[in-house]
Amino acid sequence: MGIAVLLKQVPDTTAKISVSGGRVDESAVSKWSMSPYDEYALESALQLKESGGGDLVAITCGPARAVKMLTDAAAVGADSLIHILVEDLSALDSTQVQAILAAAVAHSGSDIVFCGKQAADTNAGSTGPGVAHLMDASCVTMVSEVTPDGGSLMAMRASPNGNERVSVSAPCVFAFDKGIIELRRPNVRGIMMAKKKVAETLGPADLGVDISTSSVSIVGHTPPPQKPPGQKFEGADSVAAVVSKLRDEANVI
Amino acid sequence: MDVTVIAETSGGGLHPVTAQLVGAAASIGGTPTVLCAGGTGATEAASISGVVKVISVVGDCFETFDSGAWAKALNSVTGGDVIIAAASPSGREIAATMAAIRGIPIVQDATDLAPGISVTRPIYSGKAIETSTVTTPCAITLRANAFESAGEGGSAEVSTVNQSADVAVAVREAIAKASERLDVAEADIIISGGRGMGDPANFSHLNEISDMIGAAVGASRAAVDTWEEIPHGMQVGQTGKTVTPSLYIAVGISGAIQHLAGMRTSKYIVAINKDPDAPIFGVADYGIVATWEAALPALKEELGKL
Ligand SMILES: Cc1cc2nc3c(=O)[nH]c(=O)nc-3n(C[C@H](O)[C@H](O)[C@H](O)COP(=O)(O)OP(=O)(O)OC[C@H]3O[C@@H](n4cnc5c(N)ncnc54)[C@H](O)[C@@H]3O)c2cc1C
Ligand SMILES: Nc1ncnc2c1ncn2[C@@H]1O[C@H](COP(=O)(O)O)[C@@H](O)[C@H]1O
Repeated sequence: MGIAVLLKQVPDTTAKISVSGGRVDESAVSKWSMSPYDEYALESALQLKESGGGDLVAITCGPARAVKMLTDAAAVGADSLIHILVEDLSALDSTQVQAILAAAVAHSGSDIVFCGKQAADTNAGSTGPGVAHLMDASCVTMVSEVTPDGGSLMAMRASPNGNERVSVSAPCVFAFDKGIIELRRPNVRGIMMAKKKVAETLGPADLGVDISTSSVSIVGHTPPPQKPPGQKFEGADSVAAVVSKLRDEANVI
Repeated sequence: MDVTVIAETSGGGLHPVTAQLVGAAASIGGTPTVLCAGGTGATEAASISGVVKVISVVGDCFETFDSGAWAKALNSVTGGDVIIAAASPSGREIAATMAAIRGIPIVQDATDLAPGISVTRPIYSGKAIETSTVTTPCAITLRANAFESAGEGGSAEVSTVNQSADVAVAVREAIAKASERLDVAEADIIISGGRGMGDPANFSHLNEISDMIGAAVGASRAAVDTWEEIPHGMQVGQTGKTVTPSLYIAVGISGAIQHLAGMRTSKYIVAINKDPDAPIFGVADYGIVATWEAALPALKEELGKL
């Protein structure tokens, strides 16, 4: 049993996104971080590995700067690192990203995949289900916890009525939501060890994936529409005025 | 252009967003066929204006949610140039799997479509808006409440197809929600509490108000992470749910960028916070600088008069 975790480096949730010349200016992003749900996927993958699972490989596809995030994953316990070098991810469509990641998982020999339910930049949620299909694996999304269950795996997932415990067998993909699990922080030893871990760097072509033609092309980016400034009221006495505005001006109650 | 619309369901019936999917399909010149997984909502779907055909897909696989199985079963009953689904968790998952089966691209969470096909959607959790063109065939999911609903009065033919697929996900235990309250993802009005509520027991005030106006109760991450009593499913924001209700009332929530990411596109936002400089006031249509202890009783009283 090999476990792969798919990690994407995205602008930190606190980073400002600026648009210049009709495009998001990536060079102006002050800090790059692991996408938030991927942190939960990584933590859960580490826990599964510790409870008897096999090797844990961290995989990312992205530009050179993304290696830093793989080193962070190594510092908390990822055994090996694969970096598929693609300078401009936004030029790829979903089929290409999925083909690259599925091929990288196959290359690593893993049959259990952990990923985020959606990346904080695309906000899509396409990759887990897509990679699962390409691997001929089952897919469970909205997952908050995975535990061994005999020869299978038990996942806790959100359902329309609350939560469900579901059982699946490898090959399988788990797309993670935020859960109640605590994220671990690296210790000094982990950080030192991680410095020695070298990522295996591959190009899409090494994995047999052609990225020359994308079926999606970006026309442009704009900042989000600015809301007109709101009205501000002092003190609880103003509640009556606000309620009547909600009824008469906004028509929402 | 043939458009396959995946019906969105909730509680055993058709979700109103389905009429928005049909409206959007028509707006790009598509003729919509609606697929109803497990047959749910088929009769209601047939009465949406503009729908040319409803296919009720029935099979054992629809008893358990396994996106792989559902997508396989749905995929085999229809072709179509464009697949349109709701950008709900299940809609995204089924559409993404169908796209992968067909080897076609998917663009998720569109807020606007134009013939061509040009797709507009928020990226970086709403910090920027992207417009792109996508070639057909493709799959697109749409954000709820961003598109005009198609009207009623249609009378499409409903055909039933028996189609199942192997299910690989076995449900072992269902854990019901602690309360029967409306989910924030479903609600048209949301009242959320943050760390400023001081104690989880004080959420009872939010519950009372929500009962008066048919709202769902949400929470900030600080509230969810600090208090066990506030379940994760209530969290709104970057790592919680993205919501676009008509009215969002934030009580004792500072308005951190990650919270705004989940609610800033709400139609109207009311903020109740004792700190006049709280960032939540920057997105609020109506800001009330007051403690909740003073404002919520007044709110209850005023709503009671309506
Ligand atoms: C990767 C990442 C993801 C995150 N995702 C999310 C997310 O999805 N959702 C989310 O909400 N946060 C998220 N956060 C956390 C976010 O940064 C904030 O910490 C959080 O939103 C703060 O919650 P709060 O506003 O309830 O608490 P605080 O920031 O502590 O604010 C409490 C507010 O209550 C007010 N207050 C206090 N007492 C009263 C009173 N008596 N009456 C009225 N007002 C009062 C205060 O003035 C203050 O403004 C995320 C953070 C990170 C790093
Ligand atoms: N370029 C990438 N490199 C590694 N993992 C990725 C990449 N893109 C997406 N993923 C994984 O797939 C998840 C969902 O991404 P998305 O489909 O873009 O919302 C992310 O949270 C990651 O776990």
